[in-house]
Amino acid sequence: MKKALLVLAGLAIIVALGAAGWFASAPRSLSAIVAQEVDAPGEAAAGRIVFFAAGCDSCHMSPGQPDPFRLGGGLELKTPFGSFYPPNISPDVKDGIGAWSADDFAGALLLGVSPRREHYYPAFPYTSYRRMTPVDVRDLFAFLRTLPAVAGRAPPHALAFPLTIRRGVGLWKRLFLGANALPEAPGRDAAWKLGRYLVEGPGHCAECHSPRNILGAIVTHRRLTGGPLPDGKGKAPDITAGGLKDWSKADIVEALASGFTPTGDSLGGPMAATVRNTAELPAAYREAIAGYLKSLTPDRGPPGD
Amino acid sequence: MKRLVLTGLVLVVGLGAVLADSDAIVQRRALMKANGDATKIVVGMLKGAPFDLGAVQAALKSYGEAAAKAPALFPDDSQTGDTNALPEIWDNKADVNARFAKLAQDVAAASTGIVDSASFQAQMPGVLKNCGGCHEKYRAKKT
Repeated sequence: MKKALLVLAGLAIIVALGAAGWFASAPRSLSAIVAQEVDAPGEAAAGRIVFFAAGCDSCHMSPGQPDPFRLGGGLELKTPFGSFYPPNISPDVKDGIGAWSADDFAGALLLGVSPRREHYYPAFPYTSYRRMTPVDVRDLFAFLRTLPAVAGRAPPHALAFPLTIRRGVGLWKRLFLGANALPEAPGRDAAWKLGRYLVEGPGHCAECHSPRNILGAIVTHRRLTGGPLPDGKGKAPDITAGGLKDWSKADIVEALASGFTPTGDSLGGPMAATVRNTAELPAAYREAIAGYLKSLTPDRGPPGD
Repeated sequence: MKRLVLTGLVLVVGLGAVLADSDAIVQRRALMKANGDATKIVVGMLKGAPFDLGAVQAALKSYGEAAAKAPALFPDDSQTGDTNALPEIWDNKADVNARFAKLAQDVAAASTGIVDSASFQAQMPGVLKNCGGCHEKYRAKKT
């Protein structure tokens, strides 16, 4: 009898934990205010700039061809957790995002939640994109809709159990994703705020240029101080003021425009694709990024201090 | 005695090969360093520093030399050591050599084509594009 009670109690605890885990891992929904804002018509011309600021093409462009606007997906991203294959985000109705609503798109970027209400893996950097403004989201969406539809789907991600359970990403988000908005920064000028927004939001610089913990989350206070590249081929350098101590602001601006460093080297690896994007940005954006990076001390708190 | 001489010869040749290969890395790095130093000046000029035809020609000479010598500087046993070269180089030798050939071609065209500031501004960026193309696929910085 006592034994039966213990078993029952044990079962109750397991069920309670399971229920708690299930609720804690539930996908979130957009707030009514954000949903309303992203539903307003976007401007495709402005969205083109957001596209290059966010570097969508670096992961989503069809591999083996040079057009950044063919977004058929399928490039293999090798990581310590397995291989990810970024999906087709062209306006193809069947294989791409042609049937998506603006809310679907905002849910993906800002919450990492798919239209079918499943979690995306954080290889998709909504961890940074979540900081994007609703205006940028809807402009980007408008721009993507102007691009050619590409047929075909990317292969499924090749991950090992238990990473195959998408619901688990909900718990990961609980642990590692804070508020979407960047903190207030009184006393900082507009250029600094623009730079912070570009670096920490759409630009998602920290995704490569930071060390990660064992669960693959960025080590917050070491953001942007450099880290191993996910594919194991080399290192993304420290881009805080410490790592860039031999770089002037103009040097950073130049590197983001032409890819050439102050030593006359040309940036390579995944940064070469990044430079093709930053080269398309307004000059003031490159200046803002450079100014923000030069303002960062190597060891600090969450973005914004 | 004959055997001793032969062994000695084998040793010398073997040692020579080993030296040559660590030497290949050293030579590669020296060529790239020279290119970087030249490019620093060239990029400055593209950004508005006073045009200096002599410096441009020196840079093109440096690139041309690298393009001519580099294909022979990636022997099979120079993959490891003090190098940022990726193993992909040895998997795609034909592509790598084609890229060096294209660089040589672009350099030759620019050497006769660049005569003043305007032709420099028009033609140099195309030559410089060759740098990033290889660095993107075939180099990984370790630091």
